[in-house]
Amino acid sequence: MDTERALVPHIRDALSAACPATRDGGASDAVAGVVPALVGSPASTAEASALLAAAAAHDLSIVPRGAGLGLGWGLPPASCDLVVEMSLMAEVIEHEAGDLVARVQAGTTIGHLATVLAQAGQQLALDAPAHATVGGVVATGTAGPRRFRYGAPRDLLIGLTAVRADGVVAHSGGKVVKNVAGYDIGKLFSGSQGTLGVITEATFRLHPLPAAVSYVTAEFGAAERAGATAAVAAAATSALVPSAVELDWPGGSSRPLRVGVLIEGTAAGVADRARRMSELLAAAGGAPLVAVSPTAPPRWGQLPSSSAVIRTTFWVGKLPGVLDALVAAAADAGVRPAVSGPAGAGALYACLDPRTSDDAAGRFVRGLRERLGVSPAPRGSVVVLTAPPAVLAAVDAYGAVPGAALMRAVKDQFDPGYRMFPGRLAGGS
Amino acid sequence: MTTTTVEGLVPRMRQVCGAANVITDPLELRTYECDGLTSHRSVPALVVLPATADEVAAVVASCAGAGVPFVARGSGTGLSGGALPHQDGVLVVMSRMRKILEIDPVSRRAVVEPGATNLSVSKAAAPFGLFYAPDPSSQVICSVGGNVAENSGGAHCLKNGFTVHHVTGLEIVTPAGELTWLGDGTGVTTGYDLLGAFTGSEGTLGIVTKIVVKLMPLPETVHTLLAAYATTSDGGRAVSDIIGAGIVPAAIEMMDALSIEAAEAAVHCNYPQGAGAVLIVELDGPTSEVETELATVRALCEAAGATEVRAADDPAERALIWAGRRSAFAAVGRISPAYIVQDGVVPRTSLGDVLARIAALSEQAGVRVANVFHAGDGNLHPLVLYDDASPEQTVAAEELSGAILDTCLEHGGSITGEHGVGVDKSRYMPKMFSADDLDTMQLVRCAFDPASLCNPGKVFPTPRLCGEVPGHRRAPHPAVAAGLAEIF
Repeated sequence: MDTERALVPHIRDALSAACPATRDGGASDAVAGVVPALVGSPASTAEASALLAAAAAHDLSIVPRGAGLGLGWGLPPASCDLVVEMSLMAEVIEHEAGDLVARVQAGTTIGHLATVLAQAGQQLALDAPAHATVGGVVATGTAGPRRFRYGAPRDLLIGLTAVRADGVVAHSGGKVVKNVAGYDIGKLFSGSQGTLGVITEATFRLHPLPAAVSYVTAEFGAAERAGATAAVAAAATSALVPSAVELDWPGGSSRPLRVGVLIEGTAAGVADRARRMSELLAAAGGAPLVAVSPTAPPRWGQLPSSSAVIRTTFWVGKLPGVLDALVAAAADAGVRPAVSGPAGAGALYACLDPRTSDDAAGRFVRGLRERLGVSPAPRGSVVVLTAPPAVLAAVDAYGAVPGAALMRAVKDQFDPGYRMFPGRLAGGS
Repeated sequence: MTTTTVEGLVPRMRQVCGAANVITDPLELRTYECDGLTSHRSVPALVVLPATADEVAAVVASCAGAGVPFVARGSGTGLSGGALPHQDGVLVVMSRMRKILEIDPVSRRAVVEPGATNLSVSKAAAPFGLFYAPDPSSQVICSVGGNVAENSGGAHCLKNGFTVHHVTGLEIVTPAGELTWLGDGTGVTTGYDLLGAFTGSEGTLGIVTKIVVKLMPLPETVHTLLAAYATTSDGGRAVSDIIGAGIVPAAIEMMDALSIEAAEAAVHCNYPQGAGAVLIVELDGPTSEVETELATVRALCEAAGATEVRAADDPAERALIWAGRRSAFAAVGRISPAYIVQDGVVPRTSLGDVLARIAALSEQAGVRVANVFHAGDGNLHPLVLYDDASPEQTVAAEELSGAILDTCLEHGGSITGEHGVGVDKSRYMPKMFSADDLDTMQLVRCAFDPASLCNPGKVFPTPRLCGEVPGHRRAPHPAVAAGLAEIF
């Protein structure tokens, strides 16, 4: 599947016939440094289908692309003959406000969708960058602080149209929220990173925009880690229905920790709940400095610029042990990760400074895995979301994933030629 | 497959499960011939009742080795025949595996065995101020394992979601007889979301042996309103107005005159006399939010023309209102010799049109239909009433029931919102999905169960031969095949 072969004129002609907006790839189309021979921009699901069928006939390797935000997460493609990019499919096809449902083309940006939905006082309750595309968000499973209340894309996706590696168009779900007819292929494509096919349309359940929001934050000194973890637990188990329970611990173990709680609802309700939440955090955390604000605190839902991002998931009750493990593994490896994320939903991201050596990053990951161990039943994971290639080569990015053999079997069925994003497999091509 | 093959498995099954837990007596076998959908019956060749995950794995491995089909059964309350036994196969009954293994209140997680009843999870969690949100009407008896198979909802799934939103880890026995986990128990997915794909697969991808579920804090305040209307379309207007006001209640249920009459006769729930429709709206959450929403909902219900609005603020009054709703399916048995429970979904905004269409179809066919539905999410449960002593009525009722599903599909809806496809609706699948859609779904089936032994004949109208992978078929990449690389 080398690049030269894809440039054979008749292959390009075949792809152009299937999808008129097909052009040569250039440096700006590179996927993690790999320049595609061709870039196809289908204008419809039918064109995407024809394009993938033509690519299949010529055995081309394919990388689907939305805004390109997730392409650098994980290993680079071993081969990329064709990038299928979705900018010509950027319409909100259907928004039935009374049904709280929207059907959207995959190239639609989150920002555009938000603008359309806001006109009816509604939202897609996911925290994703405004320039990210709907298809990209589904394919990468992107979720921010409000994962705590609303879940990830898989929890809001109710219908999917995707084109398989062989060009066959498949639908699942529909446009009603409650629906158990058939297997939920949408779940399978959520987080599949372009390795099963190209998402062309997605249908979501929506939520009303809240009339008011409030951020309750509690600051803890570096020595008051136990207070911070108690505050996270108190917020996460309270009946005050927070939308997000975040922990932010920038720059390593000597810096203060911040617990941030988002409250959404009616104006009167939010004022009351925020007051009670601040009392709860204060009582649970041993009198930290508590503040209530209508605007988000700094760095809310954002990761610092970093060379490597390591995601740790856990049962919330184990948060103290997870922080201990992060501190110990960081000290052993000589790194100072910035740790933040939806701790109340059982996830934290450890971000390593761009100056961190590959060796140290690898030691940190291994140290974390050793300390967090493996329970008889899975209780979490340590996953390298992004890191320099040398680090990814040295440590297994995903560790022991439950059901890995079945995942391989699914990949074998959907993409027997292993042409969809080849190389996104950890451990090499 | 012949029963001789199944008989050959008996010694091994006795060894695995103990002789007392292997049923071969024809009379006893007959007690398992159907689930909650009694119109389909099939006596299993063998019934086994394993007590542990390892026993389930050994049972399935034996079946897989002998090429014998197997079907898992929880409490047998399913309404689409998902647990209908295979006449030449083994029925694996999970009722001995019903322990609540762990409650972790800070993590808001419980680990339960598949035979545990839905309600037993909430009961075990209650001392910690927590509950398990999915609440199908059969929650007293239905099993969590069955809920996973069917992706069960319940009256409160409008706000809280379905089983798939509340399960974070599954230990399963694959159709090859191997134990594996799906999901890491946290709710964050690594790799393909097999946990999500498995949930709702109606027992066709394997047998669940342990379930990690999310628990939620019990709501601080619960208010239930009952509003009476002259017609269902008046009630439907109130539903639209509530949703339009940006309120997502815990539940919005509606019953029409015929189902009110039946419920009243059965449980004396004291619904307003002469009402053409009653709407039940439940609000829950933090007190300060619920009080605000309650005032708004009450005003909207009145503005839509309610002839009466009642608030139930204490648990006893609330229980009475819900008793009427929960009894509805069984209650129509009092006003009709036989009935079909239908389960279809339409976009909420089409409810009025669809109810009018059902009324017209009913009149045309001369068959009565009582309507009970989850109005908030457009999930209809028309109860088609007929006299099963009359072959003509029986045929007319079945045709009407099918026509109702066609109407749902014409309005962009679904053939099932919560009861599943099972054996009952597989013939409707091609009306909702293209051949390519169904083929794609069956790729998942082929990945999990290439021999098609796990609950065969359910969900899909025609099985896919798993050898026939379209397109180029090449061996997996050597690094993958050697186990050096994962899919991601």
